[in-house]
Amino acid sequence: MDSMSIIGMASVIASAICMGIGSIGTGLGEGRAVQQALMAIAQQPDEKGALTRTLFVGLAMIESIAIYCFVISMILIFANPFWNQVIPKVVAGG
Amino acid sequence: MEVMTLQMISPDQIVLWKWAFITINATLLFTWLVMGILVCASFLITRRLSAGTRIPRWQNLLEVIVGAMREQIREVTEEDTDEYMPFIGTIFLFILTSNLLFIIPGYVTPTASLTTTAALAVCVFLAVPIYGIRKQGIVNYLKEYFQPIFIFFPFHVMGEFSRTLALAVRLFGNMMSHEKVIAILLAITPLLFPVAMHILGLLIGAIQAYIFAILAMVYIASATGAHHEKQPSAAVPSEAVKLASAK
Repeated sequence: MDSMSIIGMASVIASAICMGIGSIGTGLGEGRAVQQALMAIAQQPDEKGALTRTLFVGLAMIESIAIYCFVISMILIFANPFWNQVIPKVVAGG
Repeated sequence: MEVMTLQMISPDQIVLWKWAFITINATLLFTWLVMGILVCASFLITRRLSAGTRIPRWQNLLEVIVGAMREQIREVTEEDTDEYMPFIGTIFLFILTSNLLFIIPGYVTPTASLTTTAALAVCVFLAVPIYGIRKQGIVNYLKEYFQPIFIFFPFHVMGEFSRTLALAVRLFGNMMSHEKVIAILLAITPLLFPVAMHILGLLIGAIQAYIFAILAMVYIASATGAHHEKQPSAAVPSEAVKLASAK
């Protein structure tokens, strides 16, 4: 197997694993956060505004972890930095 | 009609015009478009404001937007001030307009490019010490970095940089991922489903603009130390009001 196909295979598998594992923790975390916020709103409906704002800020913090994973996956698939070292060699060799 | 193909990860890659070292790409063009829309709209609306009972309808719209932003800022800072309004309001309106315009075919949101969001995050990164020093003085502001004990200094500095990075990548990731999802859906189920995703995109764009502005406000408020002083005095009257209303 030449280095080009190894890089392609590794990039696709790595991006899938990155996205999959990265979103598990984020999903669990967001679920817990929303659950606690709903319970708090049910107990104290007067504080709904402050609770919702804090919930949004917290969810944004949690979600950014999944977004990092997504960005890394996109970079690995569409803008892979390792291609640039391989493609000139292939063009020159072929 | 899609300007960006699926392989393009950022609108920076669409080069419209090039001369020597000056390059005009899609990000720049649409940023100027959003800036133009905001400036022209605010100029035309605020040219003839009236304080009577019958106000023009556009003035009504602007009053609702500005009033809501002011309300949110006051709730976060717990201060009666309009000091942060120009900065936070500008960021919010710019991101909101550039996110919501994406339902127009042929438009690529400038916030889907990492350069735009990084520039906005750097603005927040610079605004935090500026507001903090103006409010507390430079000695008190620098003291915050050594707050529990001096060992925490590198962690505070690291936190400043990592949250700036998070601010930039969060907005970029959300908007870029949404464009990619729509591009993929257009290839698979062309007619109705992308429309539903566009409607969801309006919601996501508004929420991301809100989150960016609120996070910037929270960072600035933590640097100006508004919370520490106001917390005890603000808690007492609300308790008193609750007791009074319970009776």
